[in-house]
Amino acid sequence: MATICNVSEEKALEIKKLQFTYASADEPSLKEISMPIAKNSVTALIGPSGCGKSTLLRSINRMHDLYPGNKYEGEIIYNGRNILDAKEDLINLRINIGMIFQKPTAFPMSIMDNVAYGLKLQGIKNKTELKDRVEKALTDAAIWKEVKDRLKHDANGLSGGQQQRLCIARAIAVEPEILLFDEPTSALDPISTQGIEELVTELKEKVSIVIVTHNMQQAARVSDYTGFMYLGELIELGKTEELFVTPAEKLTEEYITGKFG
Amino acid sequence: MTATQKRVFVNRIVMALSTLSAGIGLFFLFWILYILVSNGVEAINWDIFLFEGAPPGYEESGLKQALVGQLIIVGIATLVGVPLGILAGTYLSEYGQKSKLAETIRDISDIMMSAPSIVVGSFVYAIMVVPMGHFSAWAGIVALTIIMLPIILRTTDDMLHLVPTTLREAAFALGAPKYKVIIQVVYRGAKAGILTGILLGVARVAGETAPLLFTSFNDNFMSTDLMEPMASLTVTMYNYATSPYEDWQRLGWAAAFILSMFILSLNILGRLVLLTKKGK
Repeated sequence: MATICNVSEEKALEIKKLQFTYASADEPSLKEISMPIAKNSVTALIGPSGCGKSTLLRSINRMHDLYPGNKYEGEIIYNGRNILDAKEDLINLRINIGMIFQKPTAFPMSIMDNVAYGLKLQGIKNKTELKDRVEKALTDAAIWKEVKDRLKHDANGLSGGQQQRLCIARAIAVEPEILLFDEPTSALDPISTQGIEELVTELKEKVSIVIVTHNMQQAARVSDYTGFMYLGELIELGKTEELFVTPAEKLTEEYITGKFG
Repeated sequence: MTATQKRVFVNRIVMALSTLSAGIGLFFLFWILYILVSNGVEAINWDIFLFEGAPPGYEESGLKQALVGQLIIVGIATLVGVPLGILAGTYLSEYGQKSKLAETIRDISDIMMSAPSIVVGSFVYAIMVVPMGHFSAWAGIVALTIIMLPIILRTTDDMLHLVPTTLREAAFALGAPKYKVIIQVVYRGAKAGILTGILLGVARVAGETAPLLFTSFNDNFMSTDLMEPMASLTVTMYNYATSPYEDWQRLGWAAAFILSMFILSLNILGRLVLLTKKGK
């Protein structure tokens, strides 16, 4: 069975025996996954393609609910409640648990409107408040200096790395408690990647972060905890420095030493 | 001949053939435009906009009734057809998706798009003109709306489909409800495509004659009563162009010219709107 390390910090989330089955599949894509997500830390999920790491990430904000027929079993405990419950308010859940995607997803509108989007959804109409919070979010996402003179410009005119930081600004503007990153740098150049990684490490002061990455070095650089997944199962969750140096499971060792993947 | 020489040769042939084909297409296009403009400009004067139709030989004859009628019929058909088409297309792309109902609607709409417009005309004739006992502008409006609907529906469906799924997911991930995702993100992303669909639809029905011949029919005098027959540029053009009188034929050319300019300016307007939106 899986080796799960102790998490000394407070827990942001507790995943309990999570099974997930896609509408078109007979077999579950996630098999009885149990793991804690530590508060104000970065938890990385690694594993070969198709191991279910993105599927797990997308269960946490219930992205799978956008497509009919997908099925969850088990529990994800957040703030004392099971968010897989049918009665869970998904709009509210997604305000508290934000997501950054693989490809930058700048909306076809101005930079200002992009960042203000989530705030406006929450009914904030006061222009000064909107401006202040947009500035704060852009500053926190380390992009304010680059865009402050062109807030009214179309966001699609920004470079890929800038767009990704804009998306991060948009996600943190609504002040979520948890941020989910789904391979956020796989479409970016090395310099932009470095910028995003630095940002992730800074952001954990305010939010708890789960990041899916196909890049083991990235997991080693940014995360406090790393989970290794294989064929829909969580094989090992450990403190990052321990998992990469002295993995408890043979499979983990084989993966991080490049024997398969 | 070596393999390289052969490739270069084939390459040249393909380029020459495609250039020639493009040239043939352009030749006929410019020929049509030349004939249209040379005859149209000659026929056009202020009287056309000031006077209604008159018997042949009258000095004071014009196309006022046809211009007004055209604007009313096409205008109302657009007002009804565009929102219907966009909403139906939205249903297909965002709600129905690949369901049986959605696929059936897509198939039927494709059939309707290729149905001859005269068939639509005779359908409206049977369901509206015959029971009412007379031609009416309303019947023409209904016929044009039916022709416009599948064009706008399908382009909206296709264009919304091109908006990346991740963009929708990103909006949902911020806690947006579905209708806001559609209106604020998906529509914006597909704006240019939807506008093109609307312009195609309006341009298509603005040039229709057959379905109006036996629905809104024609009127030589000004009328704004939708319950009565109403003149349109296309039907008037047809009547005048096939008449033996030279001054009527001149009016026919004027109608053709005005109609073409109307459709051309619709296209230019659409592009301008898109350009200014992009600039912001």
